[in-house]
Amino acid sequence: MSVLVFIESSEGEIRKSSLEAVSYAAALDRGEVIALAIGEAEESALAKAGISGASRVLHAKDEQLKEDNIMAYASVVAEAMEKENAEILVLAKSSLGDAVASRVAIKSNAALASNVVELPDFSAGFKVKRGIYTGKAFVNVDLKAEKKILAIKKNAVPLKEDGAPCAVDAFASTVNEADFALKITGVEKAEGEILLPEAEIVVSGGRGMKGPENWHILEDLAKSLGAATGCSKPVSDMEWRPHHEHVGQTGIKVSPNLYIAVGISGAIQHLAGVNSSKCLVVINKDPEAPFFKAADYGIVGDAFEIVPKLTAAIKALNA
Amino acid sequence: MKILVCISHVPDTTSKIAFTDNNTKFDTSGVQFVIGPYDDYALARAVELKASHGASVTVLNVGEASTEPTIRKALAIGADEAIRVNAFPSDSHFVASQIAEVAKQGSYDLILMGRESIDFNGGMVHGMVAEMLGMPSVSPVMRLDIEGDLAKMSREIEGGHEEVEVKLPFVAGCQEPIAEWKIPNMRGIMSARTKPLNVLEPVEVGEFSVVENYELPPAKGEVRMVDADNVEELVRLLKEEAKVL
Ligand SMILES: Cc1cc2nc3c(=O)[nH]c(=O)nc-3n(C[C@H](O)[C@H](O)[C@H](O)COP(=O)(O)OP(=O)(O)OC[C@H]3O[C@@H](n4cnc5c(N)ncnc54)[C@H](O)[C@@H]3O)c2cc1C
Ligand SMILES: Nc1ncnc2c1ncn2[C@@H]1O[C@H](COP(=O)(O)O)[C@@H](O)[C@H]1O
Repeated sequence: MSVLVFIESSEGEIRKSSLEAVSYAAALDRGEVIALAIGEAEESALAKAGISGASRVLHAKDEQLKEDNIMAYASVVAEAMEKENAEILVLAKSSLGDAVASRVAIKSNAALASNVVELPDFSAGFKVKRGIYTGKAFVNVDLKAEKKILAIKKNAVPLKEDGAPCAVDAFASTVNEADFALKITGVEKAEGEILLPEAEIVVSGGRGMKGPENWHILEDLAKSLGAATGCSKPVSDMEWRPHHEHVGQTGIKVSPNLYIAVGISGAIQHLAGVNSSKCLVVINKDPEAPFFKAADYGIVGDAFEIVPKLTAAIKALNA
Repeated sequence: MKILVCISHVPDTTSKIAFTDNNTKFDTSGVQFVIGPYDDYALARAVELKASHGASVTVLNVGEASTEPTIRKALAIGADEAIRVNAFPSDSHFVASQIAEVAKQGSYDLILMGRESIDFNGGMVHGMVAEMLGMPSVSPVMRLDIEGDLAKMSREIEGGHEEVEVKLPFVAGCQEPIAEWKIPNMRGIMSARTKPLNVLEPVEVGEFSVVENYELPPAKGEVRMVDADNVEELVRLLKEEAKVL
């Protein structure tokens, strides 16, 4: 019996969320942990899955698999589960991960739990805890099928970093033409930026920032912290910021160690996207802003005065 | 063109979430139920396609009789007919199996859903349905245009978006800004009363997951306020107390 982990890379390295998934798989202690990477990647980068607990990496690098093709990826994952006699598939919850997991669940007749936040309880059955109601609650579910798929919430489980790089073997998959029904005709992706859903620190701005021309003060703060930038929904609706930075109920759900909200009122729909952050800092000129009720630390005052001072203080700390 | 729109019936986004019966049941008291916000985008785009391409729009909900007001609202927004599969949506496998069954009977050209339901938040039902039907699935879709038998879409990916093309039929999980949410007008509300709402009994599905109980997150501690003239103190607290720097 083994545990298969589908891993994703970005900018040449395995994503942190995928390494969390490998760490989680190792902590399950339900047999050999085998990572599966699909598409272009350097072997030396993939070998690092070993550091988080994989004993080997399978690499499906067929030319046709260069792009994230959901149907073909799902076929490769299901095939690997079969060949490696995997009882459990673990992956990070992401736009690709969700799509792959849902298809594999049907192909492999597996029970699926998404948004998983803790290791299962094996004492009576296979009980996993997962987030529901957009972070407002959790449910414990008992997975009944023989095979299980667990999509792990980002930044929710510990990262193991004490292993050694492992072997990387080519995985020859038998994808069929029907799997390529979907044609990807273009990709636009911000290069070199810290990805918002993966970020450990997020600096986010709301309508209180007054306009896109003022965003540089948040970007300076983000840079000093190595943080990603986010925003509230009205900010992306008005196109001050791109849509993929919008955080909340209808946007990205983040779970960073630190979320700094500047000029955001803290409407319940915004909170839904940030309520699993480990530490919340709110900067708002209105002492009655609802966000303060959800915050760990707060400063009442004008963002245009406070943010540059905060950036300077962070720089002084790092110097 | 025949469009199937799958809607979930969920607590309004401002609802306080609580449980009863020893944390085994969702507490519906005082909760207003609505069409899932993402499903609302799917419905809005379907209604637009109906106007531009002459499509017929069927809404589908897997739910008990209490969901009918939500279904009627979808009819008021512009769907032509509705189907309710009479069962509690116990898990995504179960819901997907019911949707796939309806889809097989109706041979739809386009199956639109929300990117995720806001109660169970799986983001999984569309992929499952598509796999059951042997169709492609695309999610989350921010733009959807139909040209003949070809659909052109923009899909959000981490840090950007991807342009994709696929032949009909397929399944899509929608999100903004695919369409503007539609508010039902008086005429829509009147006509919704007489539009067909067919109730079907569920097909049988094996058991994949069983809910044991629910939990609420631990209560948040008091906020610690820092003086605006002392941001150094905030930095110190973040480093030494919260240990996040
Ligand atoms: C179904 C639904 C889904 C939604 N989904 C989302 C979602 O996913 N994400 C989301 O964010 N919203 C969402 N919303 C919208 C949400 O309800 C709020 O309208 C929105 O979050 C408000 O954005 P904001 O805080 O930036 O703006 P505002 O509410 O206008 O708040 C601006 C804040 O800035 C402060 N401010 C002003 N000037 C300064 C200054 N100089 N210095 C410091 N502070 C200042 C003000 O005191 C105020 O608190 C949704 C709404 C609905 C109905
Ligand atoms: N009970 C239901 N009835 C009809 N459609 C549903 C139901 N539950 C979920 N869906 C659809 O499936 C999508 C994804 O749901 P989920 O996988 O639960 O996040 C939703 O946005 C809906 O479009």
